[in-house]
Amino acid sequence: MSKVKSLEDLKKLREEMESKLVERNNSSNLVQIKVAMATCGIASGAKDLMEFLIDELDKRNIEAVVTQTGCMGYCYAEPTIEVTLPNKAPIVFGYVNLKKGDEIIEKYIKNNELVDGIIPVNYESIEK
Amino acid sequence: MAKIKKHLLVCGGTSCNALQNEVIASNLKETIREKGLNEEVQVMMTGCFGLCEKGPIVKVLHDNTIYIGVKPEDLKEIVEEHIINGNKVTRLLLDSDPNLKVHSKKQLRIALRNCGFIDPENINEYFACDGYLALGKVLESKDPQKTIDIIKKSGLRGRGGGGFPTGLKWEITSKSQADQKYVVCNADEGDPGAFMDRSILEGDPHSVIEAMAIAGYAIGATKGLVYIRAEYPLAIERLKTAINQSREFGFLGTDIMGSGFDFDIELRYGAGAFVCGEETALIHSMEGNRGEPTFKPPFPSVSGYLGKPTNVNNVETFANIPVIINKGAEWFAAIGTEKSKGTKVFALAGKINNVGLIEVPMGITLREIIYEIGGGIKDGKKFKAVQTGGPSGGCLTEVHLDTPIDYDNLIAAGSMMGSGGMIVMDEDDCMVSIAKYYLDFTVEESCGKCTPCRIGNKRLYEILEKITLGKGTLEDLDKLKNLSHVIKDTSLCGLGQTSPNPVLSTLENFWDEYIEHVTVKKCRSNQCKALMQYIIDPEQCVGCTACARNCPVNAITGERKLAHLINQDICIKCGACMEKCKFNAISIK
Repeated sequence: MSKVKSLEDLKKLREEMESKLVERNNSSNLVQIKVAMATCGIASGAKDLMEFLIDELDKRNIEAVVTQTGCMGYCYAEPTIEVTLPNKAPIVFGYVNLKKGDEIIEKYIKNNELVDGIIPVNYESIEK
Repeated sequence: MAKIKKHLLVCGGTSCNALQNEVIASNLKETIREKGLNEEVQVMMTGCFGLCEKGPIVKVLHDNTIYIGVKPEDLKEIVEEHIINGNKVTRLLLDSDPNLKVHSKKQLRIALRNCGFIDPENINEYFACDGYLALGKVLESKDPQKTIDIIKKSGLRGRGGGGFPTGLKWEITSKSQADQKYVVCNADEGDPGAFMDRSILEGDPHSVIEAMAIAGYAIGATKGLVYIRAEYPLAIERLKTAINQSREFGFLGTDIMGSGFDFDIELRYGAGAFVCGEETALIHSMEGNRGEPTFKPPFPSVSGYLGKPTNVNNVETFANIPVIINKGAEWFAAIGTEKSKGTKVFALAGKINNVGLIEVPMGITLREIIYEIGGGIKDGKKFKAVQTGGPSGGCLTEVHLDTPIDYDNLIAAGSMMGSGGMIVMDEDDCMVSIAKYYLDFTVEESCGKCTPCRIGNKRLYEILEKITLGKGTLEDLDKLKNLSHVIKDTSLCGLGQTSPNPVLSTLENFWDEYIEHVTVKKCRSNQCKALMQYIIDPEQCVGCTACARNCPVNAITGERKLAHLINQDICIKCGACMEKCKFNAISIK
């Protein structure tokens, strides 16, 4: 990996990474899932859930990217995941055990039918 | 079944519940069915939207429209106009209320901006979120003083609890002359119930690394140290990964981004002693000595780690730095109150519906935090107090619900910001026991250097114990107060100077409860076991023997089908009998 040697290099790198993300978001059939994996999420079963999602999405032939992320702040509803279907706004689900994970794949990801446990995002983030 | 095309979300939060959100949801479903849309439009109840004062809330998902104050008679219009014809019902839109437009949501994430958004182990995702851009800008400016001025102007104050102006600290350290200076990140999060620093390090470690390098450039330090408790293994692992990635890209190491500036970071592990959150104790611990505080001055900014000028900042403080550089001091200073700028992360815990990690602008009220973000008190109980500032802080009560939260107001109210633990208590919590709990913690954590702290806190604890056992007297209350003041006045470091705060604050706010404990020997929350008795009402008791069979100490006697009796001398007050009784015959006196 080459070192970043100037602010210009860094700006180019950022644009490249940004456009990769945009590309991913615009991809017509890619499902994106983020699993909240701070210590507290893992303690509630987020690691098993993440493995389950990766395996099952693969088995069920759904093209998806499952990544880990940090604390989303919804301690009362761990494990929590954020699911982004192609060309749709992200939805956060709470209380996602393996059974709920299965339900989310079958109902929401396959059929766009929502399931219980939706957590509306209740914060604003800084504009980039 | 046809694929569902549209979703309507109805807020299912506690306070919307009170506004008949269930009626809204079922009427909405009915209306959808009437229009023959139930195959393609789904109605769903969700968690709280955090817009409680404007409920009930209906959100149309596919075009991100939020309707507020929705009444059953509005539903037909929403379905016909919006869902069928595609025209928004403007009179109900959230945006139609100009007051709400700006602050429609109570939380603003600055320090937590990337937590739960990026993959903390993937530096590329941090790049996409302006990662290391602030460091690049600072290095390109070639003007350390300019960076210090930006931080000074932003009004950022230390998020570890004390609230010392960060820019000023940097300036003092920058002016100290030495061949070597250090930047230290204090990640020794010790307050019971506080976990914001851990969450930041686990969710966005690069922001802290970037900020430490910026601080290094500003004050003229080439070495950074993170003092982190070994109890945080995941935070340590992610931080190590991030440091390695950062080195690979050249944001740590020599000649960073071609600027000629060298900076690198090492980790130092703490064994989880509360006192080591105090900066002088922390420095001694890093040096391999006992974690004991020493007298200030000299301040670490003059003589710290290995006798060199050292700038110690908290994790959350650092997490704010890159954003301030990128967005400007004015932007940051526009958020918050006159003397407390920006936001604060709180770990909201205790008897509250939505336990969670929240970040709110300074100046928000407790009422907004508890009833809107937190979704109210659990099980509909009555609010009693909020403990802020951990073992060094105090309690805020009903009278403080509408006080804007900032550093100075919390101190005026007899508490403090602390690192941001916020523990909510309800009518079932005994305030004497709460004070005792914190003193138990301080007695355990006192380093023992100063006699008033080492012995005085132990005596405070013993008096509180005596009161909860029903053996306290009115004189004891005077003793508590006097001893508390002596400990505060005669201890060296922050731990001793603040450890009696939970006692003083509960004495001040809950004097009646103390009086009840010592005079009529009663604990109104039924938490002090010595002050309560389980009693069987002979009128209600049918003699089913369930209580006697479940009593672990065989304290209950009585014949079948006759009223039973609890022998108070044997009873350990576990409450098992009351749980098992199906006839409500057992009560607490």
